[in-house]
Amino acid sequence: MAQTNMLAMILAGGRGSRLHELTNKVAKPAVSYGGKYRIIDFPLSNCANSGIDIVGVLTQYESVLLNSYVAAGGRWGLDTRDSGVFVLTPREKADSGLDVYRGTADAISQNIDFIDNYDPEYLLVLSGDHIYKMNYAKMLAFHKEHNADATIAVIGVPMKEASRFGIMNTDEEKRIVEFEEKPAKPKSNLASMGIYIFKWKLMRKMLIEDMKNPDSSHDFGKDFIPVMLEEGKSLYAYEFSGYWKDVGTIDSLWEANMDLLDSNELDLDDSSWKIYTEDVASLPAYIGPKARVDRAYMSQGVSVEGQVTNSVLFTNAKVAAGAKIIDSVLMPGAVVEEGATVTRALVADNVKIGKNATVGNKKSEEILLVAKNVKGEDK
Amino acid sequence: MANRAFGVINSAPNFIRVEGLHDYRPIGAFSFLGRYRVIDFPISNMSNSGIDKIHVYLNSRPRSIVEHIGSGRHYNINSKRGSLQMMFTQNNGASSIYNTDINSFMENIEQIERTSQDYVVIAPSYMVYKQDLNALLDFHEATGTDITIMYHKVDQAKDYYRGCNVVNLNKQKGVESLERNMGTAKEKNICMDTYVMSKELFIYLIKRAKNESSAYSFADMINLACHDMDVRGYLHKGYFAAITSLDDFYRANIELLDYNIASELFRPGWQIYTKTTDACPSKYFSGSRVNNSMICNGCLIEGTVENSIIGRNVHIGKDAVIRDSIILSYSDIADGVKVERAVVDKWVKIKKLKAITSNGVTPAYVKRNDIL
Repeated sequence: MAQTNMLAMILAGGRGSRLHELTNKVAKPAVSYGGKYRIIDFPLSNCANSGIDIVGVLTQYESVLLNSYVAAGGRWGLDTRDSGVFVLTPREKADSGLDVYRGTADAISQNIDFIDNYDPEYLLVLSGDHIYKMNYAKMLAFHKEHNADATIAVIGVPMKEASRFGIMNTDEEKRIVEFEEKPAKPKSNLASMGIYIFKWKLMRKMLIEDMKNPDSSHDFGKDFIPVMLEEGKSLYAYEFSGYWKDVGTIDSLWEANMDLLDSNELDLDDSSWKIYTEDVASLPAYIGPKARVDRAYMSQGVSVEGQVTNSVLFTNAKVAAGAKIIDSVLMPGAVVEEGATVTRALVADNVKIGKNATVGNKKSEEILLVAKNVKGEDK
Repeated sequence: MANRAFGVINSAPNFIRVEGLHDYRPIGAFSFLGRYRVIDFPISNMSNSGIDKIHVYLNSRPRSIVEHIGSGRHYNINSKRGSLQMMFTQNNGASSIYNTDINSFMENIEQIERTSQDYVVIAPSYMVYKQDLNALLDFHEATGTDITIMYHKVDQAKDYYRGCNVVNLNKQKGVESLERNMGTAKEKNICMDTYVMSKELFIYLIKRAKNESSAYSFADMINLACHDMDVRGYLHKGYFAAITSLDDFYRANIELLDYNIASELFRPGWQIYTKTTDACPSKYFSGSRVNNSMICNGCLIEGTVENSIIGRNVHIGKDAVIRDSIILSYSDIADGVKVERAVVDKWVKIKKLKAITSNGVTPAYVKRNDIL
């Protein structure tokens, strides 16, 4: 706050049901990614690196693990006297009953009291399930420069895919003239990244109006932004270029992990913009005398005695002698026993693939999610 | 339990010098297995044993240890009820014969006298081992002895453990004396510089040293105590290393490439804590070959690595070959360079020199920040 006068709210409510069993026990933002991280490490680290000290995390689905995970703000350096990470679940208040968050905008509305405590000038609204590195301070500078009521971060997507996104049509000054949710015939390729900066005073007033509106579904994309445009408020598009990925499905989560095998703009190696995460005590990666490793991204604590090809291995994943891991992702603590083969699969946290078992298929178009132990057999 | 004893982490005696590495930091700050520092082991032993009042004595070049320990939070020390204090000395030069552990205890005697615990556990910052110190305290209390010394039976005392003390035991495991290991026999009981005694006796021995010799170390005082007090030995089992020479340092690391030995030292439930650097995972490129090695995070591996330990954020170039070596963090081994039986210190760039190797017993050593 001292640096930016901006408070951040991360929308982490989504169940992420397209991630199937991966989100049975944890909310989507707590899903593992990139060998040692969880998805929410990205927006949280971005906040910390951008000089934002107060972050609210809005969630209502399986918040226990997420809550204990983000409450240790020290992991991201968000634990000095004037900073903190706060999990905000729906709660009962003096003037209203307990209510679920009815939409993304409603989640903010229900926490106006929390935000008022800090009296920020700007509010940054983020999504908790995207992988990217972004300096929000730069976006804020853009917002101030245009004296905008709201600024929305956008990214250019291939025109043929534009109809899958919320598309912003802008004038030459980057002012947003029209917003179209998943348009059949898109007029531009600037997709909303779900990252917004608002002038808090104005936003606060409009949120209260939105809460009272019986016709509103209290959603940023469907209701709040269209109303702002209707009322002639000044909305600007801040164009981002770089790596950005929504990891909403098993395929896209697998793909985002596989992206780390190539060099790309995410560049987790960049020491000036580190992504912070939970610190797990473990040995360095151990590669055994007979192991074969060819194109891999592996974190500390892994032990490989077998063969790993074109794969991502998370902290403490184990590959026994004679086992083969091909085009696959092994999440933290996954164990593949002797002689087993894993191909084009995503093996969930702590899942065990038994001796000589075979999972996944080289020819399969879809990535197989293995979320339960697979029984092995002695040959 | 936790309040039975406070902990003292002691520096290596001033006559121990580890070639190369020691020029830049005290032994406690030496990198170990790429991601640890030697001092992580005694601090983790204490933390895991519920000792949360710890003094770390720093006799020379304290910068790297101060930076590493910081608030001590990563060692899981309760920040309200416990403390991890770093104790400095002002009065003596680093290499002076007067720069003894006794001197540093004496300079901080007020802090020692103010502790509220009945016992003290003293452990060295230049040895690597795992030990539940409660078992040691239980032994000490059960036997009612004055001083308990932990020792380790070794069979390579001729070649290694030089500079360590040997514990001479009688048949009842009573300690008759401590003497310097001169490599006269293979099998010796090496003193692990780990002691339990009452706080009063600890203070008494520190103060008594003044009447004996200004150059005396705490181990000298223990040796004296053997004559008129009840001093007993406690046998340690498991992995043990004393980092008293470059050979010992090298061997201690390479030995842990045996995954069974490493898994015993790093078993679940007894975490060895260290400071995270938030390095990302390591990338192994197509065409790389890695065997029987430990690789820390943040590395880019393009070449061949065999029987080696690679620290954090190290780059191994294409067709480079690293064999039987220890490469410390942030070093860069360029394409085609061959490194064999070497210890490469931090921030080194090897590019022009095409091969580094050692023909002798002692591994080759490449200085910190060197460009070759």
